[in-house]
Amino acid sequence: MKRRNFFKASVVSLSLAVAGLVSLPALAADTIKVGILHSLSGTMAISETALKETALMTIADINAHGGVLGKKLEPVVVDPASNWPLFAEKARQLLTQDKVAVVFGCWTSVSRKSVLPVFKELNGLLFYPVQYEGEELEKNVFYTGAAPNQQAIPAVEYLMSKDGGGAKRFFLLGTDYVYPRTTNKILRAFLKSKGVADKDIEEVYTPFGHSDYQTIVANIKKFSAGGKTAVISTINGDSNVPFYKELGNAGLKATDVPVVAFSVGEEELRGVDTKPLVGHLAAWNYFMSLKNPENTKFIKMYKDWAKKEKLPNADKVVTNDPMEATYVGIHMWKQAVEKAKSTDVNKVIAAMAGQSFKAPDGFTIKMDEKNHHLHKPVFIGEIRPDGQFNVVWKTPGPIKAEPWSPYIPGNDKKKGEPDTK
Amino acid sequence: MILRTLLTLLWLAGMFVSPAQAALDPALVKQLNADDTDQKILAIKQLALTADADTTRVLQALANDALLIDGDRVIRMDGERAYDAVTGQEISPLPETAATLVINNRVRGELATTLAALKLFVPNRDQRLAAAKELEDNADPFFIPILDRALAQERDPEIKDLVAQARALIALKSPDPAKRLAAVKILGESDNPSLKVRLIALTDPAKEPDERVRIAAKTSLRALNARLTLGENIERIFSGLSLGSVLLLAALGLAITYGVMGVINMAHGELLMVGAYATYIVQTLFRHYFPGALDWYVVAAVPVAFFSAALAGIILERTVIRWLYGRPLETLLATWGLSLILIQAARVIFGPQNLAVANPSWMSGGVQLMSNVVLPWNRIIIIGFALFVLALVWVLLNRTRLGLFVRAVTQNRAMAGCVGVPTGRIDTLAFGLGAGIAGLGGVALSQIANVGPDMGQGYIVDSFMVVVLGGVGQLAGAVWAALGLGIASKFLEGWVGAVIAKIVVLAFIIVFIQKRPQGLFALKGRFVEN
Repeated sequence: MKRRNFFKASVVSLSLAVAGLVSLPALAADTIKVGILHSLSGTMAISETALKETALMTIADINAHGGVLGKKLEPVVVDPASNWPLFAEKARQLLTQDKVAVVFGCWTSVSRKSVLPVFKELNGLLFYPVQYEGEELEKNVFYTGAAPNQQAIPAVEYLMSKDGGGAKRFFLLGTDYVYPRTTNKILRAFLKSKGVADKDIEEVYTPFGHSDYQTIVANIKKFSAGGKTAVISTINGDSNVPFYKELGNAGLKATDVPVVAFSVGEEELRGVDTKPLVGHLAAWNYFMSLKNPENTKFIKMYKDWAKKEKLPNADKVVTNDPMEATYVGIHMWKQAVEKAKSTDVNKVIAAMAGQSFKAPDGFTIKMDEKNHHLHKPVFIGEIRPDGQFNVVWKTPGPIKAEPWSPYIPGNDKKKGEPDTK
Repeated sequence: MILRTLLTLLWLAGMFVSPAQAALDPALVKQLNADDTDQKILAIKQLALTADADTTRVLQALANDALLIDGDRVIRMDGERAYDAVTGQEISPLPETAATLVINNRVRGELATTLAALKLFVPNRDQRLAAAKELEDNADPFFIPILDRALAQERDPEIKDLVAQARALIALKSPDPAKRLAAVKILGESDNPSLKVRLIALTDPAKEPDERVRIAAKTSLRALNARLTLGENIERIFSGLSLGSVLLLAALGLAITYGVMGVINMAHGELLMVGAYATYIVQTLFRHYFPGALDWYVVAAVPVAFFSAALAGIILERTVIRWLYGRPLETLLATWGLSLILIQAARVIFGPQNLAVANPSWMSGGVQLMSNVVLPWNRIIIIGFALFVLALVWVLLNRTRLGLFVRAVTQNRAMAGCVGVPTGRIDTLAFGLGAGIAGLGGVALSQIANVGPDMGQGYIVDSFMVVVLGGVGQLAGAVWAALGLGIASKFLEGWVGAVIAKIVVLAFIIVFIQKRPQGLFALKGRFVEN
């Protein structure tokens, strides 16, 4: 045995040496490159910068604990600048030039849709950490955010319940792109199935980066005169700040017209005076205010990281749901690589099925055996004066994702797993 | 329903017996932490029956998230100090395990009405008025006795009207047609949009048996609708004015640099950004050194923003732009490059994220004109500020020596030089003035939009739109173009939504410029051709 090991080792080192002669970055074999694809500028920077920091922190933490398969992870950070075609370019660069083993990235669905063909063509691996509209199941993607049944549907059910205010009319307000449009399509079908008439649903869209919400807030006010109204906001990026400012100034209180948002978390609220917003809601699978040992550890780790890296306003950094999903995703990828004993994309995909991880949301959450989505608990929180959330409703435990929403006709025929080809 | 009747009875008992200054019932205070929301609300209402200062304090604390739970004990926070909610004894130090008592929107709503009902009898008029306003929409039969008592006691006509309206709303459900009729008539004088549904219900023969009530409801509904439409139009014109004033502030600086001097300055948006960042810096300094005067940081930010943007402009002019006068294409490219440099500089210095610039308290909230029209203070102040800046620019250009020189140089550079005007220095100063005005625009934008490295990009197109539409060369055009664009896009938004409105406005400008390339107001005279 010993001799054979020696033989193996010498072959490996010899081939390494040869490789070293041929191509200079032979040292790269000592590290595993992972790509980080988040907008660090432009309208989405408000949300995505924190995800880059979380990914770097998690990678540094994994490296400090011995790395993966005995190798250190080497992050490759690129900035696609909230520019959707640039996302595809940068993804291609990560996969072909940097030859990363996996990419953690994207926030908006439009950016994910724009990188998908690249990942399929080059057989790359993407971990997508944000809640989204579903209607997608790709072999090359793992979705660590929520599907509609893990966020949007429970939130609307809550609004219709007695505790949620018993809303009868719904104002669906979103940024104009694929995620809000599809989510609202699902919600409209869901509301109809609950007996809400078309005249009690209003859908309004604004462009990315829209900053004048006077007319829309006035319309919400007018619409709410027709009965108990709730606003469902799928506004993404920095438009949220002027929207909430306008809402506060116009005196629309959460007790009259509650606004539930699917893309607003602790990070987005840092730019807003939250006092007039108390009571407005957000639905997520994680809140910073959750109390459990894993979360305490996660928050402390991020705060220390912010201090060490001298992030702007380091003393006031917050954690949020997509950050948690990023953290969970990286750890699950590490576990899968260790199980597969390889970073080969196909082997890792196979090993991901059924991986579980003790997450900061307080549960041990599992990657579904088939559908590439996490089983996640759902929380609904109300904004507190300090910009954090009070959890006012939650599911008893993690629930399974339904990427193909049953409220969209034709979805019942679709398979709950990606095509393997 | 049973719960409600029970509560009403309890309340009535409370009213008539008028309990002595009994201490708070510990069991009830503890029940505030019940898991079931119904239980919580029941506890709140039962506590309210005692209607003394202690109860009000505890309920107010609950509404403010200042009630903590520590095991079996309920703790009330008053600033930094902690008191036992039941006994009122001070607790120090605060136990580590104490956690805030969480309430949801439903409880918060019930709390607000309960507190309002308790406050209908305080001596302070403003507090009573606010309480009456709160009750106006949310009145529930539970409050009938308290409303009647307030009606009997109240001397202030405005508050009395509001209370009467709240009372009328409840009376709508009364079985007596005469009472319903009276209620409907009172409601016809209101401008509260939430009453519309209830009045519509009363015009339906299936729901309202009495003919007279139906007719009265129709009349009231018409009156209400007319008032609501008026309110909507007022609001639309106001938001148009507000958008117009924002556009004007953004474009006024450009109207000087491009309109008067003819420099195509693509870095104009970044000069707005410099102004906004200056506001942010002033805010940070105030927070650090004069936290007491934080509310007035915006006032201090105005000159700071003006001079820092002006300085940036002067530097740009001296180092780059002056070498490119008369070469518009090169100027365009060079200033575009400068804009990228400035954006990256902001990103390096302040980080890529948007910064929080808070509205001072006197710019938050709004004036309630009608119950469906609230004019936000920050917008009102920005309209005023735009007028102020406009007046400033006008005075500078038309009443000062510098303005005279600027006009002379733009009208005939060679002649101005011949009579001794230092044209080079005037160019620099004029450009600095335009940049400074852009900085002032940045202060205003920081109050309503996001402050980030890319913020200028969003305004550069709008600014050029305003200046070109208004007609290059003078200020009046910019003013009319900004207001016209503002009001037009707000009315369009009302009909077709924000996305289409933007397209329509841009398409209109393209067609307009084709038909009338000189803009709304064209300069006339010999120097036009140059």
